Amino acid sequence: MMFNLFKPFKTQVPHWKNTASKQTEILPVPEYVHLMLSQHIGAPCQPVVEVGDEVLVGQLVAKSEAFVSAPIHATVSGIIEAIDEQKIIIKSDGKQAIDPSIKPPTIETDEDFIQAVKTSGLVGLGGAGFPTFIKFNVKDKSQIDTLIINAAECEPFITSDAREIIENAADVLEGIRVLADFLQVEKSMIGIEDHNAEAINVLNTQISGNAAYKNIHIQILPPKYPQGAEKVLIESCTKRILPLGKLPSDVGVVVSNVSSIGFLGRYLKTGMPLVTRRLTLDGGAVKTPKNILAPIGTLVKDLVEFADGYQQPPAKILSGGPMMGMPLDSDEKPITKRSNAITIFSPVQAMEHEELECIRCARCVDACPMSLMPVSIDQNVRQNNLEALKTLDLNACIDCGLCSFACPSKRTLVQNIRVGKNMLREAEQGGKA
Amino acid sequence: MKKLLTTAAPHIVSPLKTNHIMLDVIIALMPVLIAGTIIFGIRALLVTAVSVVTCVLSEFLYRKAMKKRNTLGDLSAVVTGIILAFNMPAHLPLWATALTAAFAIIVLKELFGGLGFNPVNPAMGGRAVLRIFMVVMLGLPIYAQLNPGLTFDAVGTATPMVYQLAGDYEMVPSYWELFLGLRFGTIGETSKIALLIGGLYLMYKKVITWHIPVTYIASIFVFAFILGQDPLFNILAGGIFLGGFFMATDYATSPMTKTGKVVYAIGIALITMGIRVFGEFNDGIAFGIITMNLLVPFIEKLTKPKAFGVGMKEGAK
Repeated sequence: MMFNLFKPFKTQVPHWKNTASKQTEILPVPEYVHLMLSQHIGAPCQPVVEVGDEVLVGQLVAKSEAFVSAPIHATVSGIIEAIDEQKIIIKSDGKQAIDPSIKPPTIETDEDFIQAVKTSGLVGLGGAGFPTFIKFNVKDKSQIDTLIINAAECEPFITSDAREIIENAADVLEGIRVLADFLQVEKSMIGIEDHNAEAINVLNTQISGNAAYKNIHIQILPPKYPQGAEKVLIESCTKRILPLGKLPSDVGVVVSNVSSIGFLGRYLKTGMPLVTRRLTLDGGAVKTPKNILAPIGTLVKDLVEFADGYQQPPAKILSGGPMMGMPLDSDEKPITKRSNAITIFSPVQAMEHEELECIRCARCVDACPMSLMPVSIDQNVRQNNLEALKTLDLNACIDCGLCSFACPSKRTLVQNIRVGKNMLREAEQGGKA
Repeated sequence: MKKLLTTAAPHIVSPLKTNHIMLDVIIALMPVLIAGTIIFGIRALLVTAVSVVTCVLSEFLYRKAMKKRNTLGDLSAVVTGIILAFNMPAHLPLWATALTAAFAIIVLKELFGGLGFNPVNPAMGGRAVLRIFMVVMLGLPIYAQLNPGLTFDAVGTATPMVYQLAGDYEMVPSYWELFLGLRFGTIGETSKIALLIGGLYLMYKKVITWHIPVTYIASIFVFAFILGQDPLFNILAGGIFLGGFFMATDYATSPMTKTGKVVYAIGIALITMGIRVFGEFNDGIAFGIITMNLLVPFIEKLTKPKAFGVGMKEGAK
């Protein structure tokens, strides 16, 4: 109690991990899938199939020549129903026939490995969606001494990463072993929040039972949003501070999401590209929240139907969790490679809060994991004060939204930081022109 | 399907609201009000009630007249009313109480834009203005009025500091009496035990952090020692606890950075002790807090925390 008095105020985001102990269920093949041509960071893909073509599961349907991009594969077998600027629609034949040319990749050189990861279509499955092959292809491997596997999963509701570990620990550990081997690192760490007892147990058992995994360490992390943000995770695991504008490799680490690593382990065994993903379907509007393994491109409404429908009218649908998720404008939108969760709010959950005046309580300042002053940024954005904004390090903001969450006056702080970043960018471009 | 909301992330907010914080402050002030009523009688309660009602009414009427949103729900006017009353002696005429309360809310808070925009703490400013006003009105330094032999009906207050300064040591209470609050003074400043309970409650509920109260009280102790004063007497005799826990910590008028809070608290302590030892007034705390209130923007600028990874060339491996 006495000690507690001197502890700083901590803004605690709720866990709401309702689906933590729910075995992943496999979605029956949906009638249609909508494959978005841009479902990763980087250049959108161009279709390589035409309307009416027959496609098999795992067959390449879209790719890009740009460096930062990731190919897209058919996730159901069937016929290309339509193609527009944004997506390819496949009508499923229900057979899930697999492309016979799919076979495990042969890897002899480093280039083979990177090429294989590229061909697999893998992007950051934690929600970031950055093409994984670029991340793995570090300039100078001798600089890297630690591989960090991100299993923090700090967003409320989402348990898909934890379920990946519990259900596919062998793939995860094999993925880590191969990647650690490729990067020639001594040490691999799995960063995981302490409430995932089941996943931690499974990992411990499998690691201690196999000498090949003796360099894999489990780093148990305090459950504190945004523990899974890359900079925060690197600091939690290694005490290293990632300088602004630098890459993790500059501080000797490579970070990869645990579901991405699990996929890598399976892909090296089977050669099946990224066509399904595990996601958590939860939120007050969903009748039976669950973890679902679904073909990428499945429409949200098909997931909802699989979860026994809506128990309340949906008011907000998010691809991702409630802290950083992207709002979708209808349940006829598809899941993408990045959808680690679909969160559907009931009207009460989606209720907007009246914005009151700032009382300068400094909870946003204390909450900011990047040690920024969200309140000052917000104020100067509202007053259009560019000179002041230049001194407030907006670019260090990782968009976690903890400031807006913490604010007792319900002010739109991170939202205005985004506006401020744009103001600075425009000013800079204007200055150059 | 009804149209879905597509507002930007984050999509959830903490259940904590502004008025929850203010309610906690009001709860924390209750032990002090009870102690004040026990020590000074039912009139302490009356002065507090008049102060609160006037604060609430002034805010309501001013905002109504200015066609601004009604902000009574944030409870900040109630907090100001209570703290202001705690800075007044229980025998203050009720008209003077009401006048000061109206001045604090309308001039010191609302004219600057309301909650969060006031550069000085309205309760503190109200106390200072009341004191100067009274001095001017009586045409005499206030403590000269206070002849210890007479009944205590003057408009000002006497704290044991006054007797100490006047060299009237017989009137100086014991440490134990000071801790319990059995002495002259304003309604809310005397009972250290009640203030401590309230202050620790605020720390426990994370409404305030230790930075301001602990630094302030410790600094007073140290400065008193350096200046050859009795350190224990100095933290117990005046309004150090009321100031340190409840007034210097006012969000609107204190720095938001942790280092800033420490610097600010040391500054207040320096001015408080300076006035106590070298000054004429016995209101070191009020003027210390007001002066440092005005320096908050600069303190904040100078103590801005270093952003994560900014200004580093190499990673700290």
